[in-house]
Amino acid sequence: MYSYSDFDEAFVRSRVAQFTQQVERRLDGSLTEDEFRPLRLMNGLYLQLHAYMLRVAIPYGTLSPHQMRQLAYIADTWDKGYGHFTTRQNIQFNWPKLPDVPAILSALADVEMHAIQTSGNCVRNVTADHFAGAAADEIEDPRPYAELLRQWSTDHPEFQFLPRKFKIAITGAPNDRAVTKAHDIGLRMHRNAAGEPGFEVMVGGGLGRTPMIGHTVRDFLPVADLLPYVEAVLSVYNTLGRRDNKYKARIKITVHETGVEEITRMVEERFAELRPLFGGADQALLEDIRAAFAPPAFRNAPIDAYDAFYKADPSFRAWADTNLAQHRNDQYAIVTISIKAHGETPGDATSEQMRVMADLAERYGHGDLRISHEQNVILPHVHKSDLPTLHAALVQVGLGTANVGLISDIIACPGMDYCALATARSIPIATQIATRFDELKLEHEIGPLKIKISGCINACGHHHVGHIGILGLDRAGVENYQITLGGDGTETAVIGDKTGPGFAYDEIVPAIERIVRAYLNLRSEAAETFLQTFRRLGMEPFKAALYDGAGERDAA
Amino acid sequence: MSRPYTPKVVTANRLREGDVVYLTADDRWTPHHHEAELIVDEAHAQMRLLHAAAQKLLVVGAYLADAKPGAKGPEPVHFREAFRTRGPSNYDHGKQADLRA
Repeated sequence: MYSYSDFDEAFVRSRVAQFTQQVERRLDGSLTEDEFRPLRLMNGLYLQLHAYMLRVAIPYGTLSPHQMRQLAYIADTWDKGYGHFTTRQNIQFNWPKLPDVPAILSALADVEMHAIQTSGNCVRNVTADHFAGAAADEIEDPRPYAELLRQWSTDHPEFQFLPRKFKIAITGAPNDRAVTKAHDIGLRMHRNAAGEPGFEVMVGGGLGRTPMIGHTVRDFLPVADLLPYVEAVLSVYNTLGRRDNKYKARIKITVHETGVEEITRMVEERFAELRPLFGGADQALLEDIRAAFAPPAFRNAPIDAYDAFYKADPSFRAWADTNLAQHRNDQYAIVTISIKAHGETPGDATSEQMRVMADLAERYGHGDLRISHEQNVILPHVHKSDLPTLHAALVQVGLGTANVGLISDIIACPGMDYCALATARSIPIATQIATRFDELKLEHEIGPLKIKISGCINACGHHHVGHIGILGLDRAGVENYQITLGGDGTETAVIGDKTGPGFAYDEIVPAIERIVRAYLNLRSEAAETFLQTFRRLGMEPFKAALYDGAGERDAA
Repeated sequence: MSRPYTPKVVTANRLREGDVVYLTADDRWTPHHHEAELIVDEAHAQMRLLHAAAQKLLVVGAYLADAKPGAKGPEPVHFREAFRTRGPSNYDHGKQADLRA
């Protein structure tokens, strides 16, 4: 893992010291709220519906056990004993009190963490494939590049007051697990004809009120050109981006209004100016960073115990079938720990669960933990012989749910249970859907199905790219839920289509059930996934099931 | 004829804790919605909001929220304001827990 340099350490400590004094000045009245608000937001502190909320960055989703334990300590000491993992690979604490926040930031700095640039119109936490460095399909670990981008973008003087926030996602694999096409800049690694790695650069993707899939502005960018090229994109955006209208200020609108060709031309022109100014210091730094992400010393040991256990224990087998992914080392597996037990809040982990995950990562996972944008926790390197023991330990603390990629593995934003921007609740919709399909014992039969729920048009819950997306709105003072179908957040990204009129709070779960039952009736075979069936048949049969009461026959 | 004025309460969050509070007729900040002053006159509402906004060391983000008279006192009209009287629906946290204790 990357460790802070003296420079990083001094910078983060000085920001904690500054903010400590700013809080003191706010509390003694020397600063008004109007003066204080931008200062607290620069440090990740929001005022939400019922309390303050502190958003802490987990750079490219990577955590050490030591850091995870500190998050648990913060949750116990200054919050209510839990934390909420978000779709941006951050963690949010929902109940901090203003006078305690400097102490929390100081505790974060003790483990090389902070809340800087988790709000505001700047480059936010750079997100990455949560299987980085472990996935079998990966060309190269994207995290050294993400760390380079983090260092470059942190406190970058030119990009602290962009027209709007700016999100970069990066993956080193052809299978996109980082939703790169729905980011302001998406970076996907490819190899060129000579076999060298480079990035496809996509610009202008984003969800929110105007969902758009990113446009490729460079098919292949040599890795050495990454910083000057990203700087060129930001520089063009900083100049062109609309500061007159908040709703048209994201780069996706800039690209849309300017045209992909013209934006590409301008970026290339700016890149030609910037490239010579990068004298190689960035590449020297990248080499140092790379060393910090060297793979662990993989163990070479038999995996017979795993095979035997897999055959013998059905509950272990169910978990292994859904929660494991292929590791680049055949003796290893990537473990996704579901933070989505049926009926529990998606993405919430208690301090006890955090400590158990930290211990297990240390004992069985080469000390590596990841947070996924799908709000789960990953142990990227587990030797297969350790899986039965690991599974048993997870089950004991409610972390053994075998549902990754299934209907109850739902992304849900905090919604109107916490968020000041929300127009409806999302968490209770997620828990009710999960509970309902658990009761029906249908979720393994249904197979891969991603439901994503947002409690407002800003789409933190990625509903546009859910196979089934749910958007909570306020319709004449009542919660109303709009459904989209056919969304996809992978390398074949698509924005889902609206089905039609929305559903009331107590109608939405039965509506989802009608869609899913229709799918079970319509699929050509058990192996045809929901998304494949939707792509084959289109919206009509699902619409009929949803609105005409058709397709309600029992799927069996 | 102008439309009748929808009654209001003044609400905000406490500066230090972030808790949701309401302004009472005797100038206190209460966590209980039903103890709030129900304001039925627009000009008076603006005066009360100014009064609230001036209390910079006590509260943040004061605004007027629609309310209606109820058996115990003012009741919220919109579901967002109803949630603010209680706390989140996924845990027994926030005012629903704190006020019971």
